[in-house]
Amino acid sequence: MQTKKQTGHWDPVNGLKYVFLAIATFAVLFPPYVVFVNAFKAENEGGDSPFALPRSFLNFDNFANVMDRANIVQAFSNTFLIVAASLIGNVILGTMVAYVLGRIEFRGESVVLGAFLLATIIPTITTQVVVFSLIQSMGMYNSLLAPILLFIGADVIQIYIYLQFIRNIPYELDESGMIDGASLFRIYRSILFPLLGPATATLVILKTINIYNELYIPFLYMPKQELVVVSTSIMRFAGNNQAQWGNICAAILIIMIPTTLLYLFLQKYIFSGVMNGAVKG
Amino acid sequence: MNNWSYSAQRKLIMVAFLAVPLALLCMFTYYPAVRLLVQSFTDWDGISASSEWLGLDNYKEVFTNPALFGVFLHQIPYVVIGVIQNIVAILFAVILNSKIRGRNAFRVMLFLPFIMNAVAVAFMFQYVFDTTNGSLNALLGFLGLESLQQSWLGNTSIVNYSLASIGFWRFMGYNMVIYLGALQSIPNDMYEAAKIDGSNRFQTLWYLTLPNLTKIIQLNMFLTLSGALSVFDLPFVLTKGGPAGASETFLMKTIETAFQFNNFGLASAMSVVLLAFTVIILAVQNAVLNRKGD
Repeated sequence: MQTKKQTGHWDPVNGLKYVFLAIATFAVLFPPYVVFVNAFKAENEGGDSPFALPRSFLNFDNFANVMDRANIVQAFSNTFLIVAASLIGNVILGTMVAYVLGRIEFRGESVVLGAFLLATIIPTITTQVVVFSLIQSMGMYNSLLAPILLFIGADVIQIYIYLQFIRNIPYELDESGMIDGASLFRIYRSILFPLLGPATATLVILKTINIYNELYIPFLYMPKQELVVVSTSIMRFAGNNQAQWGNICAAILIIMIPTTLLYLFLQKYIFSGVMNGAVKG
Repeated sequence: MNNWSYSAQRKLIMVAFLAVPLALLCMFTYYPAVRLLVQSFTDWDGISASSEWLGLDNYKEVFTNPALFGVFLHQIPYVVIGVIQNIVAILFAVILNSKIRGRNAFRVMLFLPFIMNAVAVAFMFQYVFDTTNGSLNALLGFLGLESLQQSWLGNTSIVNYSLASIGFWRFMGYNMVIYLGALQSIPNDMYEAAKIDGSNRFQTLWYLTLPNLTKIIQLNMFLTLSGALSVFDLPFVLTKGGPAGASETFLMKTIETAFQFNNFGLASAMSVVLLAFTVIILAVQNAVLNRKGD
């Protein structure tokens, strides 16, 4: 959209755009900035203005404290296990469903698709009243299996992305596989699965962020101390260290860094996922 | 499998590939939904093997007890802030869709809050909103606006606006990216044509850009509404529903009714009501979108 005039005169509307962007930049970065500077402040600096710089950026006491008391290492390793297992399940099941819906015509196809799509509108948390007793009766309460199974089973957004993608892959590729005598399973595994790579990349990143951020499922199903994940670790830590802002800020910072890095390096996939998922959603 | 005909393979693959996903879908989505409905007519306590049939009593309780249904009033600020959030998101999408220096950097930055850990963001804002040490009050003091200093999370009449504005901070960039995607799918020729016809940029915005966004605006509005219906995380983490229950939401009440008061029957009825509202919103959305499509 070319709104900028080609005359070279100063354009007030353009100036206004930069004013808005400056305000937004400030609003977005101000809270993280305050967290950042306060994570390095010692307790006796607490009286200083919250936006003053710390006396030293080499004061890592708060970080050491958090590492020590908030089970951060365990939280990260549990979170990693849950993310990895859920993603493997999601990718395998998602591509399988997309293959059947995208490549095989059968009666009841629209019913199956509809069943998956309808499920996406039910807020997961509302059914926990029932799912909780289900998980309990399966003996998975207080185990990593509970969130893994729920993240694989209850969340089916990935089918959208895969289905859109598979419909854009020409059917001639399948046919050439058939001419070579490949089985359908082989065509799925050796031709389509690799071609779905970009969709898988998008999905892996978006789901990683979702699962990393999820609070209530780990909170409800894994109250056991050793089964702490990132979200529940900071919740417990902040609950036990009310108003010790230096410590809490250090914990916030430690937890925010992984997804922020992931985002900065892989933004392309994230944006394409958000745009595709939304337009078709 | 190689010796099978392709039509036999198709049948086999269809069954094999759909069995597990459909089983999971039934187990964790449809079975709970049906069970929720059945339970909602009983007084089940979550433990006993048996429960008594209450008919519609639970639903009567949901709709007539102001302590339950009345908490929806707390969720109005989330709708208000959500609408503003969409307007601001469109504004920034239009700005970043124009020729402007550093637009990719701005896009990356505005989207950044969305990918941050939700719980970490909540505690970050607890610090922002803190009455004595908080950076917002310090900022207001610095600007000479002491009269606006507040107990942001402790004042019953503004706590929900404070919480909703955290949602604004997190999701504005996300909405913006969605709008940006829609803007980029408007063909450039249309802008060229508008230019040739002598349309100024406000006319272009009003008669060309916004009409092309209608569908996505409606979609986002409905998402905002259903999101506002099921607010949970922020008050759960930050205020525990306080002060004096002012920031409790319907979903928090539901979860509390089930897991603290062991009244699974009533909690199920509340879940069903919430689900019904979500479905109604969706149905209205579909009706509106389809009518526009004709």
